[in-house]
Amino acid sequence: MQFESFSDFIAMGGYGFYVWLSFGSCAVIILGLLFGSLYEGKQLKQQVKSQMAREERIKKAKEMEAQV
Amino acid sequence: MWKWLHPYAKAERAYQLCNTLLPYFVVVSVLCIVVGWVWGLAYAPADYQQKDSYRIIFIHVPSAILSMGAYSSMAIAAIIALVWQLRNAELAVIAIAPVGAAMTAIALITGSAWGKPMWGAWWVWDARLTSELILLFLYLGVLSLFHAFEDKKAGGKAACILAIVGVVNLPIIHFSVEWWNTLHQGGAITKFDTSAIDPSMLWPLLINILGFAALVGMLTLIRLKNEIIQVEKHRPWVRQLVSRG
Amino acid sequence: MQVSNSYWTLFCSVYKKDVTLAFRQRAEIVNPLLFFLIVITLFPLAIGPEPGLLARMAPGIIWVAALLSTMLGLDKIFRDDYMDGSLEQLIASPYPLPLAVLAKVAAHWTTAGLPMVVMAPVFSMLMNLESQALGATILTLLIGTPLLSFIGAIGAGLTVGLQKGGILMSLLVLPLYIPVLIFATSAIDTSIMSLAYSGQLAILGAMLAVALVAAPIAISSALRVSVS
Repeated sequence: MQFESFSDFIAMGGYGFYVWLSFGSCAVIILGLLFGSLYEGKQLKQQVKSQMAREERIKKAKEMEAQV
Repeated sequence: MWKWLHPYAKAERAYQLCNTLLPYFVVVSVLCIVVGWVWGLAYAPADYQQKDSYRIIFIHVPSAILSMGAYSSMAIAAIIALVWQLRNAELAVIAIAPVGAAMTAIALITGSAWGKPMWGAWWVWDARLTSELILLFLYLGVLSLFHAFEDKKAGGKAACILAIVGVVNLPIIHFSVEWWNTLHQGGAITKFDTSAIDPSMLWPLLINILGFAALVGMLTLIRLKNEIIQVEKHRPWVRQLVSRG
Repeated sequence: MQVSNSYWTLFCSVYKKDVTLAFRQRAEIVNPLLFFLIVITLFPLAIGPEPGLLARMAPGIIWVAALLSTMLGLDKIFRDDYMDGSLEQLIASPYPLPLAVLAKVAAHWTTAGLPMVVMAPVFSMLMNLESQALGATILTLLIGTPLLSFIGAIGAGLTVGLQKGGILMSLLVLPLYIPVLIFATSAIDTSIMSLAYSGQLAILGAMLAVALVAAPIAISSALRVSVS
């Protein structure tokens, strides 16, 4: 361990702002992209699901019509 | 090899391949990045010249390497897409582009955050920073060209052509910018044995590079899966997949 | 008819058609030049009229203005033909598309690049450029502007089918212009210091040679994507 205490670790020998700025923005960009992509995938699957449900409903409505 | 590769031209097989590969990439990237960051931030010794500010290297160098690596893999996918007319390769181009753009953005942000304490300015018109900025423009060009097309099939092809034009130009741009102005310190890890960087710093750096590479692979796979579903959403296999999960 | 002969006829007829069209609507030739002139006028107004400062910045300003004004005409290079369907005819014809594309790019250069080369002495006078740099300015414009037409036509081909292709095209093309800008301005800078600038010119020439061979192929495949 290079640092004596946790506050030393945060300070990074006076360069804390720059170091944490870089690491923070890196984490934000990566996590943003990751969760954005995952959310997009979920959204897509949801779309397919609702499309399927819609087709099912149309099919049922047509069957009802045919019966009447 | 073609016999082995050919089934993956089918979207369903490609999707399954993504699923099988994804866990490995997740494990490697999470493990390496956690180890690399903790090692780099807390355990690696401070640089005698740049003190603790040099710790930015542990994300700056990997993201810069991967920004170019992602571009070349995008261009390779684009060539495959145009030559063999593989739709999946086209989708891969579209999947890699945002990931590469993110890597480029990280390299730029960390570069300027490192430049401020070292050079005294957030932005210096130095050769490598400038060519990285141009690389970001090229990525954004590919992405915005793809999204400008109504017809995604034509958009994918156009994006592929632009990616190839970009990869032809990239060395010229890089060389010209390098020649135009050089202020940046030279590459530190060109050779392992004569490396200018101490092993105690080199190891966490290498681990981080590996982690970032796996991260790029992981994000690309996730996005590629999305793109495949987007294209194939009316196919029965997607419907089965959705109703199962 | 001999095949080589008919290739030449194709090149000539496409070239003639585009140049004649441009000369019929004179605005197409005059407007980019006026734009060039206005951009150059803006710089002394923005940064101050000291001759020394202007002379120092002249190569850069002239070249940036040249980049921007070639962008103006690029949008039209394939747009009209796309609109009236003659581009589709060219693609469907048995003749090689790259050849027709080459003719169109040549026509674009004749109407957009060449006038700038001719007017270069006037512009460099306006910017107080030293007289020994005049030759370099003209030479770099002469080699560089066809290069700009080639690279720009790739962007124009990719965006011709889009509704709002204009701005997108400049986004795609301007990063690719950077090497031309760097070498051209450095040639002029070197000539101001009375040093040999043949190296930069040679690199520009090499880039032009590569573009001459590779760009028509890229442009035609871009057009095939856009039109289909």
